[in-house]
Amino acid sequence: MNRILFTIALILLLALPMITGGSYYTNLASQILIAAIFAMSLNLLVGYAGLTSLGHAGYLGLAAYISSWLMVNSGFSHISSALVGILSTTAIAGIFGLIALRATGISFLMITLAFGQILWGLAYRWVNITGGDNGISGLTRPSPFGIDLGEANNFYYFALLIFCIVWLLIAILVRSPFGATIRGTKDQPRRMSALGFNVWLIRWFTFTACGFFGAIGGIMFVYYHQYISPHSLSLANSAEMLLMVIAGGAGTLMGPVIGAALVMLLKNVASQYIDNWVTLLGLVFIFIVMYIPGGIVAGYDRFKNYLNVTK
Amino acid sequence: MSFWLIQSLNSLALGGVLFTLAAGFSLIFGLMRIANLSHGAYFMLGAYVGLSVVEAGHSFFLALLAAGVAIGLLGLVVERFILRRLAGNSLSQVLATLGVAFVIADGSLWFWGGDPRLVSAPSFLAGGIKIIGQTFPLYRVALVVFSIVVAIGLWLLLDKTKLGVMIRASVDDRQMAQGIGVPATKLFSIVFCLGSALAGIGGIAAAPILSVYPGLDADMLPLALVVVILGGLGSLLGAFVGSFLIGFIYSFGQALFPDLAYIILFLPMLIILAVRPRGLFGKISA
Repeated sequence: MNRILFTIALILLLALPMITGGSYYTNLASQILIAAIFAMSLNLLVGYAGLTSLGHAGYLGLAAYISSWLMVNSGFSHISSALVGILSTTAIAGIFGLIALRATGISFLMITLAFGQILWGLAYRWVNITGGDNGISGLTRPSPFGIDLGEANNFYYFALLIFCIVWLLIAILVRSPFGATIRGTKDQPRRMSALGFNVWLIRWFTFTACGFFGAIGGIMFVYYHQYISPHSLSLANSAEMLLMVIAGGAGTLMGPVIGAALVMLLKNVASQYIDNWVTLLGLVFIFIVMYIPGGIVAGYDRFKNYLNVTK
Repeated sequence: MSFWLIQSLNSLALGGVLFTLAAGFSLIFGLMRIANLSHGAYFMLGAYVGLSVVEAGHSFFLALLAAGVAIGLLGLVVERFILRRLAGNSLSQVLATLGVAFVIADGSLWFWGGDPRLVSAPSFLAGGIKIIGQTFPLYRVALVVFSIVVAIGLWLLLDKTKLGVMIRASVDDRQMAQGIGVPATKLFSIVFCLGSALAGIGGIAAAPILSVYPGLDADMLPLALVVVILGGLGSLLGAFVGSFLIGFIYSFGQALFPDLAYIILFLPMLIILAVRPRGLFGKISA
């Protein structure tokens, strides 16, 4: 059953540019795929390791700023700037992890929020490097094997490819025995410790992996927009990513993808009628937390069970 | 010499402002075990409410009062209708406060516009004061005095009243306190209301030196986080010492290394987390 659904979803995704016709919806689909990469990477930490982070947009910013700066100011190629961007962001995530994992729970959340704000402050105030409020522009999309990614459909397929690779890697990771130990540190840290697992190290690895996949999303983000500014690192953006995870269903593979699609669609539809996206984001946040705390995937399962019971 | 003196006063004034913000944040955390992420937004909203009162031609004191009452009531509503329904699930509560913060921030932008607004200090505090041959802006001195008065008031409340005893007992051991009949729900309401009101008052009190602008909330919230992580969650003394420490680090950082002031600000937090995760005066381990 799941396999059939999966195949149908894949065919739909592949055929999407032909169904939608215009580039507006294809671009929206690309944005959803990129948002889903962020949500899936954050889900590793929030859903599987049980550590709620409010600084995920920082990785977007790090990877995007580092690679853009290298491309614009040092003449790096697309490949090398992307690689340096991803690797250095992962390394910085590793260092952040050393500090942030001194705590868990609410304190962890506060520390990651502070980290996110440090990076935002850097992007905003270190004008010589980052261009301050103006950000960095003048970037181009790569053209691998001569395919022009400046074209909306081509970029969509590129984003789909990267999305599938990230999805597959994360699926393999969380379904592996190691993935089970990550979940173990969430549910029973003391017992895991007693069983001889190094809880801290498992958490640190997950934290760093979250940064690695987030960095991939950051590169995709900057390719899509060809522009990066401090606004992309704001707390609201980190919160948006967290909302995708929670709304869809933390700790499930599909939840963050569904959450990303919902949040991006809502944002796009809403912005046609009102200017106050952030107000809506806040209200949706409160609503989800109060009424669908497990997310839509879990809510759907509960609903299904409820139907089965009443039958 | 005068650079150091003036900067020191600026540091003290900023520290005083931070204390009105961080004291409530820390008390709320200590009692309810939640990080109130709308605290920065309360601070900004307090400043805007005060601004409107002043612009309507009323006195600065009325503005202080109005900000305190308005934000205190708002806190009461948030506690009663959102946080209490999520009791027992602190992560959901924290995320809900974040949602509230976004609604307030965006609503203020819509209502008061995007331009920075300056509130002038009350006229009798507008000039300078001469201390040992050096002229200091009087309002900043008044701000320091005001924060010390607030600190003493809070200390008296916590240390000398029955309410304070109940709060301290609940901070130290909530289950035990509830077991001997301390009304936890009522305490939550009181402390959340009080903390919010303090943040609102802090906002308008700080407006003559910081001005009011969209994004003030996002500037202040991390400062409050750093102060309480540094000083220790749930400790009034920690919030006091942490506020003035951060006040000095931020003011001097901004004067000496304007590009990197933001980074310098977070360094002490990182050191504290590495060496003593519960903070300087914290009893609750992180």
